[in-house]
Amino acid sequence: MIRHHLNDALLMAYSAGQLPEAFNLAVAAHVSLCDECRARLESFDAVGGVLLDDCSGVSLSENSFAATMARIKAGDPQPRSPRQAVPRGVFPAPLRDYVGGDLDAVRWRSVGGGVRQAILATDRDATARLLYIPGGVAVPDHGHRGTELTLVLQGAFRDEVDRFGRGDIEIATEELDHTPVAEEGDPCVCLAVTDAPLRFNSFVPRILQPFLRI
Amino acid sequence: MLQIVRANPITDPHSAPPALEWMARGGKGRVDVSEGSATQGEWVEQMLRLARQGDEAAFAELFDHFAPRVKAFLMKSGATASLAEECAQDVMATVWNKAALFDPSRASVATWIFTIARNRRIDALRKARRPEPEDLPWGPEPEPDQIDSMVLQQETERLGEALALLPDNQRELIEKAYFGDLSHGEIARITGLPLGTIKSRIRLALEKLRQAMT
Repeated sequence: MIRHHLNDALLMAYSAGQLPEAFNLAVAAHVSLCDECRARLESFDAVGGVLLDDCSGVSLSENSFAATMARIKAGDPQPRSPRQAVPRGVFPAPLRDYVGGDLDAVRWRSVGGGVRQAILATDRDATARLLYIPGGVAVPDHGHRGTELTLVLQGAFRDEVDRFGRGDIEIATEELDHTPVAEEGDPCVCLAVTDAPLRFNSFVPRILQPFLRI
Repeated sequence: MLQIVRANPITDPHSAPPALEWMARGGKGRVDVSEGSATQGEWVEQMLRLARQGDEAAFAELFDHFAPRVKAFLMKSGATASLAEECAQDVMATVWNKAALFDPSRASVATWIFTIARNRRIDALRKARRPEPEDLPWGPEPEPDQIDSMVLQQETERLGEALALLPDNQRELIEKAYFGDLSHGEIARITGLPLGTIKSRIRLALEKLRQAMT
């Protein structure tokens, strides 16, 4: 049961196509797991549809329709029912596309204390990384200069705000200094995206920061 | 304030208005036909003809209505006229190729084409990948429930009416957001979009799909 959802601003910005790639990935991954946010997202898409329908058109070039038909006929015929069954795993499809597989395909790097991370290749406006936190272990206390989204994919963590389990997404803004601690048991695996580098609140992690690249 | 120009009616003297066919075949329910504009339900008819029979005449109607709007949408987002023309043809070719994926119980044709145009814009103007939510593990039902589709199409029209009633400055912000002139930070200032009923319809459609599969 997902208890922590995306907010309207993020869903609308995703629908409008205004988010950096890393944020798009977090939104797409959460929506893959959450029908509530999928319905909200599709209703924001409906706003886009209404605006498109209301917009006064710009004339096309004269042979535009013929050129489009030629494009269609030159292309490969598309299969009638193109949807494939999605393999079950820890990662939803959009995340699998970035990793090149499921959890076992991640190329982790250790960042100390048993915590591992893997940075995913996205455009430079924001950073996406996977975090692997052994049960009972804390991620260093940190604040953010921008927004940080943390989506739980396996296990759970707790911080000053609440408990976050699979599918839950935490939206942390500049005001929040938090110390996520993985629950005892299964390691917690999260997708974390940030639109500005984190600032750590204690000296040692600050030295680590360039190395962590977060 | 951007000028809003309503769509022209579909004028085909040789056939009954598709909305009437739709009503006749749907049996129950009622379609509100707004005078002087093609309703969302009529576009659904054209889409289903395209999806089922590869009907080129239906595609031509969709093309005449939507291609100039897609071109306008892309130009408002900063594309040159020639790039917008190129992309609009691409978008319409995608409409043809993916017609079988259109689900009228979850989106209007305008909404669906908006999502294709938006993705093409991100690809063409930002050169970034656009991670999309995992498809539900099944496509639209081969014979979508007509009442469900009809209600969703009506809800989309109501959403359009509600958006038209928003104060000018609010409506202008929304247009800016969807046409690409607002950052996601600024989008947070937009509040109170009238999404309630359409959101519940989409939620219901998703639930029904999931139930049909289990």
